[in-house]
Order: sequence, then structure tokens, then C-alpha cells
Amino acid sequence: MCLAVPGKVVSIDDSTDPLTGLIDFGGVQKQACLEYVSDVKVGEYVIVHVGFALQRLDEESALASLKLFEELGLLEEEFGDAWEQASKEAGTA
Amino acid sequence: MKYIDEFNDPQLARRLLDEIRATATRPWALMEVCGGQTHSIIRHGIDQLLPEQVELIHGPGCPVCVTPLEVIDKALEIASRPGVIFCSFGDMLRVPGTDRDLFRVKGEGGDVRVVYSPLDALELARGNPDREVVFFAIGFETTAPANAMAVHQARRLGLSNFSLLVSHVRVPPAIEAIMTAPECRVQGFLAAGHVCSVMGMAEYPDLAERFRVPMVVTGFEPLDILEGIRRAVRQLERGEHRVENAYPRAVREEGNPAAVRMIEEVFEVTDRNWRGIGPIPASGWRLTDAFRAYDAEHRFDVSGIRTEEPAECRAGEVLQGLIKPTECGAFGTTCTPRTPLGATMVSSEGACAAYYLYRRMNAGAPQAGGSAQEQEEVAPVG
Ligand code: SF4
Repeated sequence: MCLAVPGKVVSIDDSTDPLTGLIDFGGVQKQACLEYVSDVKVGEYVIVHVGFALQRLDEESALASLKLFEELGLLEEEFGDAWEQASKEAGTA
Repeated sequence: MKYIDEFNDPQLARRLLDEIRATATRPWALMEVCGGQTHSIIRHGIDQLLPEQVELIHGPGCPVCVTPLEVIDKALEIASRPGVIFCSFGDMLRVPGTDRDLFRVKGEGGDVRVVYSPLDALELARGNPDREVVFFAIGFETTAPANAMAVHQARRLGLSNFSLLVSHVRVPPAIEAIMTAPECRVQGFLAAGHVCSVMGMAEYPDLAERFRVPMVVTGFEPLDILEGIRRAVRQLERGEHRVENAYPRAVREEGNPAAVRMIEEVFEVTDRNWRGIGPIPASGWRLTDAFRAYDAEHRFDVSGIRTEEPAECRAGEVLQGLIKPTECGAFGTTCTPRTPLGATMVSSEGACAAYYLYRRMNAGAPQAGGSAQEQEEVAPVG
């Protein structure tokens, strides 16, 4: 029930109250209420639950998370020795 | 698909798992609060990929599962009345009431309709002025902005034939109830990401401090869940108990203020009964006095219905993380998604249904996943 899926805003219909727009979910398009993300722009991504966009998806944060995951792995691979591990556990990494 | 594929990357998942393995030196028990996360964890076998020190305990965060039996019976009663169009999310249809479910009521001639959004129910009310349209408004904080908007619009449009049967629940009081239970083993929480997309993170620092548990706001894709676990374990190993946001692409500190304002206009906090668990103070929302006219319980005068749960079903223990579904004697035998004894076997976010779909053959061992037909039977609503 808390399932909410990301979709791309394809168009926004200013004439409706509440504000609605067409959202693309990887090929499937559906109308959703945009009233809670009223400053959203076409081309941006929103997270949609039961026909309502609840929040805009922040591209920068998404990329930062992915970069962090990659660096975690690289740290492991490149410096994955006991000393590195110890320094991490000490909270310096 | 953007924002899904990247957060399913198996290579990055392995890196996160390695990192968790390197961090965990002692046994830790974490609870994922949300049923959507439970579904994702079991589906991807995340619990079985984790180092054995890290145990995931499944929480009560499936609104379909915790909607009390008496509310289901009220829904059945209202849906059976002539002149009513009863609208619900699809996964409420097979939730067992005392002696039948909504599916059965539909078979017996009741006008029960599955809607994708509460606004669809509102449309039905506009199109059928001679009928009473009732929407079954269940859900956590994630769903509340949608349901609040529906009733707000009904009033704005002057629709007098629309009402809500409200059974809304709130996460923070449930966390408090779990932490104060004597058998509680939970040492850290993965807080439900989409609840926080709406409500923000302000409700959690107090809980983290009071119960000295890390609370990591966590998303739903495999990498999101692993990152939530990684951060929670790291805090535990360091003896910390803070609120952290591991889902920043969808959760802002302040949540969604416009959505919260709408919730607060339409709903007020109330005590609620949780199916299988019992009453939890201040754990739900009901319509405020200003919107009482849209309350189906009053309109149809069903507030007197009282019920008792079947003894065989151990969903209460499942929902509190005290047992795994496979420990229930009825699991997969007398209780299946087709013939559910408890609500946790109905919704795909219910732990019993998730285990049935992905773990049935060999309890405890990874499995490829249930048949397409079974998946459909417990398809999620969102
Ligand atoms: S398997 Fe069925 S009977 Fe057992 S706890 Fe789950 S829902 Fe209840």
C-alpha cells in the first residue's frame, strides 16, 4: 500500500483543480494529481501513489547515492586490508 | 526504467553487502516497518544474502493487514446495502471479515468496485448522483494525502452522495508500541521511505532518543534497502542512535508541507485498533468534525459492529515480528492467498503472502518466485 512508483511528468494540465498531469511509468501513461508538487515541471520525475504525486525525485541525490555505493565497493577492492577496515570502524572513513 | 534499474544493480548490491559484512561484528536485529519493504526483501531474498549476524524482523506496516476485523465487517455491511457503490483498493477484496469478504459480497450482487485512486471514487459519485458512493479509506501517512484530497474535493463540489469509511493508521505510535512490548528484540529501524516523503523526518528523533535505536529512512529498491541496513548496522556498531536519511532522492527533511496541511485540515488523530495487535493510542486518523458528514460510519450507522479474530491465525505475532509466517501451522496448508485466514496472507505486502509467493517450497531457502497467476492474486494496489 505504501508502494509508490517513480514516473516522468509528460504534460501538465493547468486548467484542472486539483492540478493534474500525465505521467509516464516506463511506457504506461496515467493521469495523476500534481497538487502536492505544484511547482513540478515537464520532464521531471515524481513518486506516485494511488494517483497522487507525493514528492519530486531529486536527480542529484539519486546520483550521489549511486556514486557513494560505487565508492564503497572501490574502497573495499583497492584498500580492503585490515588497516583500512580498522580505520573505518574507528569512524574516520 | 529510470530510478528503478539503477537501484537494482546486482554489482552495486554486492558491494553494499560486502560493506555490511565488513561492518557487522555482532548480531543485530533490525525491523523494516513497511510492508512494501517486506515484499521487496523477501522477493529479492535480501534477508538471505545478509551476513547471519544481521536479522530482519518484519514490521506491521501493511495497512491492509492491520485494518481491524470490525472495520472489514462494517465495509461488508455497507457494501451489501442496495443503492451503494462501494469502492476499494483491489487488495482489500479478499481480506476476510468474520464470515465473508468483499469479493463474496460482490458475487452476491453488491456493487463493489476496485479503484486505483480515491479520485476515481469521487468521479463515480459525480456520475451517479442517485447512488451512495463509499470509498474504503485505508492506509498509512502515504495514502492519507490522496484520501484527504478526495473528501476535500467532495465538499468543494457539494457532493452529498460521497463518503469515506476511514481506517487510517500512523507509523510513529506503532513504533512506540513495538518498542514498549516486553518481548521486543528490535535494535534499529528502517523507517518507511514514502511515509517520510509525506510527513518528513520530524517525528523520529524523539523515538530514536527515547528507545536508543537508530532510525534510517529507507527506500524500496534492493540497493535502497541494503543502504538502509548498512547505515543502521554502522550506527549500531558505533553505539549511535540517530535519524538518518538513506532515501534522499524522495525524502526531504520537511516532507511535503502541502500534503501535510491537507491531511491536517481533513483528519484528526484518534486511537485505533490494529488487527491482530490490538488498540494503540493515537495511532490513527479520523475525519474532523468539519468533515463528519462524509464519514460512512455515521451515515450508515454501523458503528455498533464488534468482532473476534479466529484463534488459528497468528497474524498478530507475525505483525509484531515475534514469529516468521512459516512458524504458523496454517501457513500454506489451510491458509493460502486464495483461502486466507488472516489479512497478512492477502496483500502482497503482508508478510505471510510474501513468504507464500517466494518461499513456500522450502521454508527458509531462496526460491525463484511464485507463478504469474499467484502474483496476480496478491497484486499490490499502488
Ligand atoms: S499463515 Fe495465515 S493463518 Fe497463519 S498467521 Fe499468516 S495469515 Fe494468519
